[in-house]
Amino acid sequence: MDSPRANLTAPVRSLGEGTLEFVRAWGRASIFFARGFWAILATRPQPLKFLFHLHFIGAKSLFVILLTGLFTGMVLGLQGYYALAQVGSEDRIGTIVSLSLIRELGPVLAAIMVTARAGSAMAAEIGIMRISEQIDALKTMNIDPVRFLFTPRLLASILAFPLLTAIFDMVGILGGCLTGSVLMGDNSSKYFYAVEYSTGMDDVLGGFYKALVFGAVVSTICCFQGFYVHLRKDGFGAKGVSSATTSAVVLTCVMILVADYILTSFLM
Amino acid sequence: MGEPVIELVSLTKRFGDNAVLNGVSLAFGKGEITTIIGKSGVGKSVLLKHIAGLIRPDAGQVLFKGQDISRLGKTARKELRQKVAYVFQNAALLDSLTIFDNVALPLVENLRLSKKEIREKVRARLGQLDISEIGDRFPSQISGGMKKRVALARALVTDPETVLFDEPTTGLDPVRKSAVHSMISDYQRRFGFTGIIVSHEIPDVFFISQHIAMLHDGTIHFYGPPGEIENSEDPVVRDFLHGIEPRQDAITGAESGAQIRRRFGREASRPEEDPSVFSIVLFTLENMDDVSRRAGHMASQTIVRNFALELKRHMGAHDTFSRYGMNKILALLPGTGKARAEKLCERLAREMDGNPLAQDKTCPGVVFSVTAGIAEARQGDSFGNALREAESQTGTLYTFKVC
Repeated sequence: MDSPRANLTAPVRSLGEGTLEFVRAWGRASIFFARGFWAILATRPQPLKFLFHLHFIGAKSLFVILLTGLFTGMVLGLQGYYALAQVGSEDRIGTIVSLSLIRELGPVLAAIMVTARAGSAMAAEIGIMRISEQIDALKTMNIDPVRFLFTPRLLASILAFPLLTAIFDMVGILGGCLTGSVLMGDNSSKYFYAVEYSTGMDDVLGGFYKALVFGAVVSTICCFQGFYVHLRKDGFGAKGVSSATTSAVVLTCVMILVADYILTSFLM
Repeated sequence: MGEPVIELVSLTKRFGDNAVLNGVSLAFGKGEITTIIGKSGVGKSVLLKHIAGLIRPDAGQVLFKGQDISRLGKTARKELRQKVAYVFQNAALLDSLTIFDNVALPLVENLRLSKKEIREKVRARLGQLDISEIGDRFPSQISGGMKKRVALARALVTDPETVLFDEPTTGLDPVRKSAVHSMISDYQRRFGFTGIIVSHEIPDVFFISQHIAMLHDGTIHFYGPPGEIENSEDPVVRDFLHGIEPRQDAITGAESGAQIRRRFGREASRPEEDPSVFSIVLFTLENMDDVSRRAGHMASQTIVRNFALELKRHMGAHDTFSRYGMNKILALLPGTGKARAEKLCERLAREMDGNPLAQDKTCPGVVFSVTAGIAEARQGDSFGNALREAESQTGTLYTFKVC
């Protein structure tokens, strides 16, 4: 049985251990990102792997981005019209839809959708490579596994996320037009005039920067969770990969929202 | 031992409270095969991973040609690592790449070769290992034995100076296990690399190793040639070997080498009032390397098995035999003088003449021979002397040309 002293100090010890583990994990993740990013700048390009991941993260996410973008815009159109009709400003619906999408919802929702589709796959694939010693095999072949596995995914994400976000925004604006203007019997030219009038380059660039950062966040966290699956304390082997994939998705979604808040506060 | 290529100096590694390696010092000679044996969980793979640079020691050094790896610069370390290849227990092939791409990977990533050069090198290695036809398949589409061969091809494609094998035969059937051992030994002689093997396959690994190191309680408990460990009186070594050595050779169904030595001891220590001569016959299957190269290692091991079965058919009820090397079989014939042993060999040669030991499908047109050296022994003779005599009895060698 534990001594009373041990019982008293247990919460403090547990807090200390938790804090140390937290700091260690974030330190490891930062170094992981730095190594991956440095490899983009300083090592031989990997064009084939980059194109493969660009196709996987970008082109293959297109359908889900089109679908979610369209319905997000349509909901915004409906809700916006309902709210604006209360104060007789229905003609500003284009402003509401475009600014919400371009500044906020486009980058965030596109990033979350890509996390669910491609981020989870990155974590699972790299996690399986770790538990089946494929990553060790790369090291023994004198191949840097961070450069080989993470760098092309990071670069592909940084390029694909702004493009997917732009498509999400565009389809969303069209969806908003459909429900907030056309279905309500309004003239769509008024809608697009409001979009053009109220959206500035700063708004577009803000959304673009967010998408860039989210691309780096998603690929880093998802690849990191898979890469270090062997260090997890909540399961080994297949169970470890499953919990790493879950953590990757949950943590990435949370970090997207946290990063969104920080970026918004800087970009406002 | 030849000039040491790799040296471990007081290597220590702990995992939590468990001291896996506790001051291991060991050297590996150039161009030699050293096998590390020991109980499961004793730290053999951990030791191998230290040499490969996958694990860093808590204390001690890993020296490559006298240089401490941890003190080398990044470029020098990279160059050094290129000289070492690792064959994993489960092959560890990249499952999203084809077999061809797996073998080509170290060349593509590390060397600035043209596509043509890479293609030629990979095709050559795949051909040497009899896996040319599976180049466009994925690892999940091939058998365990083929995966081992692909892993070996990937390890050898960069012409490494040292190859590390982590339990290379786990999960294979007896003939394939023997074929992998034969393959390692054959390629080691052909390419001259330094081999370090972690294995449980005793006594099979003794046939292909120049040195055996036994890891026990975190230190090297025994180091020496295979013959020495087999005759060791050390209780830890004896317990380990006794516990792990199978009573029968899985391929030939013959007794183990240790059993035949004990049997020799019993025959040689019969009481004075019951004197009896007995003979040993050492059969050597010649040209097996050639057979392996032309028809594959599986074919050569199938020949060894078929010869053993044929020999068993000709032996008396009290006679016994044992596998005594990759291509050697030692028979002990109690109560049989040299003349009768020679007659047995003649009869065997006569009846085996033209006998297709090698199945036509596996090795078409392969020709090999079997030689036999006979030594007569009496009370008080030592096993070692009798074996040396059998090996040197060129005058009484019978050559069976068997196709």
